[in-house]
Amino acid sequence: MRQFEPLTRKDHQPVRYLIVDDSVFARKSLAKMVESFGGELAGEAGDGCTAITEYARVKPDIVLMDITMPQMEGIEAVERIVQEHPTARVVMVSSVGYQDNILAALQKGARHFVQKPVKPDALYEIIRYVLNDDGVTTPVGAQGENSR
Amino acid sequence: MKMDLIQPFIGSLDAVLAEMMQAPATIMDLSMEEDGYRKRGLAAEVMFKGQIEGRIVLDMEPGAAVKVAGFLTGSEVDPAEPIVPETVCELANMVIGNAVTQLNDRGFQFKVFPPSVLSSEQCAKAGQDSEATILRFETPCGNVYLNIAMKYHARRARERAPVVAG
Repeated sequence: MRQFEPLTRKDHQPVRYLIVDDSVFARKSLAKMVESFGGELAGEAGDGCTAITEYARVKPDIVLMDITMPQMEGIEAVERIVQEHPTARVVMVSSVGYQDNILAALQKGARHFVQKPVKPDALYEIIRYVLNDDGVTTPVGAQGENSR
Repeated sequence: MKMDLIQPFIGSLDAVLAEMMQAPATIMDLSMEEDGYRKRGLAAEVMFKGQIEGRIVLDMEPGAAVKVAGFLTGSEVDPAEPIVPETVCELANMVIGNAVTQLNDRGFQFKVFPPSVLSSEQCAKAGQDSEATILRFETPCGNVYLNIAMKYHARRARERAPVVAG
């Protein structure tokens, strides 16, 4: 897998991710991608209920959340997480990408949407955009400038 | 079965396999299911309900499933590893999710349920009022089958259609 310019927090620590998907395969695949972005896997969950407790436990910088899951779907989990943690950054990652679904997720507090199969370049750009927007990361390319 | 309902699934399988395997999938056969469907390899089933109801089975020859799992995990995979059926489930999820997205954007409304591994050799026959179509795709890793059984609820669609005033 292509290695990307690392996305790091302003304190130079790796960005911490919570990956939520009922498919072990999808979680592994996303974990590999975020590692190639210089990130760290802070936690994993296979359904919306576990995602809520894991979020409170690991306090990640960003959540990658599937929509169609057993027990509690991703859109409801986003709503609950954002209610409890208003600054939570959640990016939806789902194969079902129709307008109603995207709109519902954004209305509940998701920051962005990526459709499966996930292209690493697209996910990298979206994560970079969401983190830069909140001032969590140093924009890529600026690290060298700061150190000069 | 209406071909315009099947077409999104064909396009979606082609696109997902091209992205995930970096290889084309060529449609080779199309047949109607007569008796219950007997799976050829590792299969996953996805159900959906709404204006269109039914189920889709994605069935991969074992060699193809192992090769895809190995390609996607970046390491050699043993056929007995749980990641192999997981891969088939996730591919089914992507193929069906992408097709459903296209159908939804054309006005069909329905809900998709999480995929499950089809453990029995034979899956339930499509209902009396459903037709099942079996598509065989050839890929460089082996054959992939898509069994599509669905029915279109015209009444539900009419109930949801907007009423034009005047």
